Amino acid sequence: MTEAAVDVLASAAAAGAPAMRPRWLRRLLANRSVVTGALILVAFVLAAVLAGTLSTHNPTRLEPASRLQPPSARHFLGTDEFGRDVWSLVLYGSRVSLLVGVTTMVLTSVGGIAVGLVAGFSRRLDTVVMRVMDGLMAFPAILLAIALMAVRGPGVWNVIFALSVVYMPRTAMLIRSTVLSIRELDYVQAARALGREDAGIAARHILPNCVGPLLVQGSFVFAYAILAEAILGFLGVGVPPYVPSWGNVIASGKNVIREAFWVSLFPGVALTLAGLSLNLLGDGLRDLLDPRLRVQ
Amino acid sequence: MGPYLLRRLAAIVPVLAVVVTIVFLLIHLIPGDPVSVMLGPDATPGQIEATRKGLGLDRPIYEQLVGFYGRILRGDLGQSYFLDRPVSQALWERAEPTMVLMLSALVVAIAIGVPSGTVAAACRGSAWDRGLMLISLLGVCIPGFWLSLNFIYFFAVRLGWLPAAGYVSVLTDPAGALRYMVLPAFSLGFNQSALIARISRSCMLEVLQQDYIRTARAKGLSHRAVTWVHAFRNALVPVVTVIGITTAVLIGGAVVTEIVFNIPGLGRLIISAILRRDYPVVQGVVLVTATAYVLINLGVDLLYAMIDPRIRYD
Repeated sequence: MTEAAVDVLASAAAAGAPAMRPRWLRRLLANRSVVTGALILVAFVLAAVLAGTLSTHNPTRLEPASRLQPPSARHFLGTDEFGRDVWSLVLYGSRVSLLVGVTTMVLTSVGGIAVGLVAGFSRRLDTVVMRVMDGLMAFPAILLAIALMAVRGPGVWNVIFALSVVYMPRTAMLIRSTVLSIRELDYVQAARALGREDAGIAARHILPNCVGPLLVQGSFVFAYAILAEAILGFLGVGVPPYVPSWGNVIASGKNVIREAFWVSLFPGVALTLAGLSLNLLGDGLRDLLDPRLRVQ
Repeated sequence: MGPYLLRRLAAIVPVLAVVVTIVFLLIHLIPGDPVSVMLGPDATPGQIEATRKGLGLDRPIYEQLVGFYGRILRGDLGQSYFLDRPVSQALWERAEPTMVLMLSALVVAIAIGVPSGTVAAACRGSAWDRGLMLISLLGVCIPGFWLSLNFIYFFAVRLGWLPAAGYVSVLTDPAGALRYMVLPAFSLGFNQSALIARISRSCMLEVLQQDYIRTARAKGLSHRAVTWVHAFRNALVPVVTVIGITTAVLIGGAVVTEIVFNIPGLGRLIISAILRRDYPVVQGVVLVTATAYVLINLGVDLLYAMIDPRIRYD
């Protein structure tokens, strides 16, 4: 092959590259909310994964001699009342927040799918299951989480359990309503007439239709879970105080706000940015997946 | 309206039954024996046994549940382990600060949210619209409890304009109560005002595209008259839903705000009860707030008909 022919082929490949991208990816990349939200989220994931490399100090090491130092070259975001480096605390705190957010999102999705499918397919169980879901949703979310933490005690996995119980009913209701709207469609009736079992219909015809709403709901549950984890930590009923988490650091900053505003300021900024990224992602996905719900 | 109201009241009975059952189960979810947890590691087997008997925990669980339903129906929420008084009395004493906080926050949320959304919709695409919607997006994402701390730092510590924490009853000193309530109400109401603004804008935009608005404009009515007289009321129906949801969310948010501002309401009561393992108080606060939540949602549904005469509940 001549050099000219290689050049022609290379330029043709380059010109064809955008067209080769799947349509959904092009639509996704064209949505500013999704791209901005995803970029901020990726930054947080990198911060959490590389916390060991990016941190300048051990976040759990107490250094009373360096307590309440303002931001400087040695301590980028200052130190707290125990002399812990706030930059390192924020980086390690992102691990707890992302762990709680992702795990809660997965558990609520799995639980919501199971409960929603059962309620959507079984007319007998529907009433009972939905009354229980109504009952769970009758509690203000944070109050039910606080009550569950009261009986289970502090701990990361207890926080995840409490938040999954609190947010699962919303996902279950969503899946149920999707099942109910699809169950009576012709192609599902046709599958049933062909002798497919309920489980097969659910897996092959119903669940793929739930992916869109589930993605949107998942991004909001992720955001709520990160915020709720911080609130529980702030109230002293979340992860134990010695674990670096954004809520715990903000709580310790509350005690010294007169002398050292930076202790609570920076973890709060991180929390706001994390919430912003997930809300942008959720809004963007909702606009893409269901244009009827687009906020004008 | 009457039959609808009766149907709705009947429909909340099973929901409340589930709520009561969940609240009852909370104490039974404690790993191990709740009495051992309550009495601590130094309790003797005799003390544990006596307390179990005293609380009725030695009886079968279904009997305990039936007994719990019976007590709730009689308005008996039990006795606090630490406050030396019935739970219902403790709740009553702490209800005023929480209700004042919630109402003030609701006023702030509506006063900021509804006009912001309406103005943004009326000036769609302008700098006002973009600015207000950016603020509302941030408002949805900023954690309320962190905003409270920043308010305390700027307005109380740096500027010294308002008290940093505490509570004065509106019944004894209304002016003082207002000073103490400004920061908590704005902290709690700001997040919700952002949500209300986004929904108000969306609803207004929808209404502003209707034919009767075009007719009103064609008649020569001013932009202001079209926006506030013709469009506003019709855009209000979905906004009322959001305001109802907001009221319910404020119940949870008030817990956190009370802790930050040291307000002696239900939020502080439940947190201190949790830390002291005063389970009857935890149950009582959760039960009362959940019931309030359900009733508020019912109230919102009924309010629709008052705002929009096209909605009829037959």
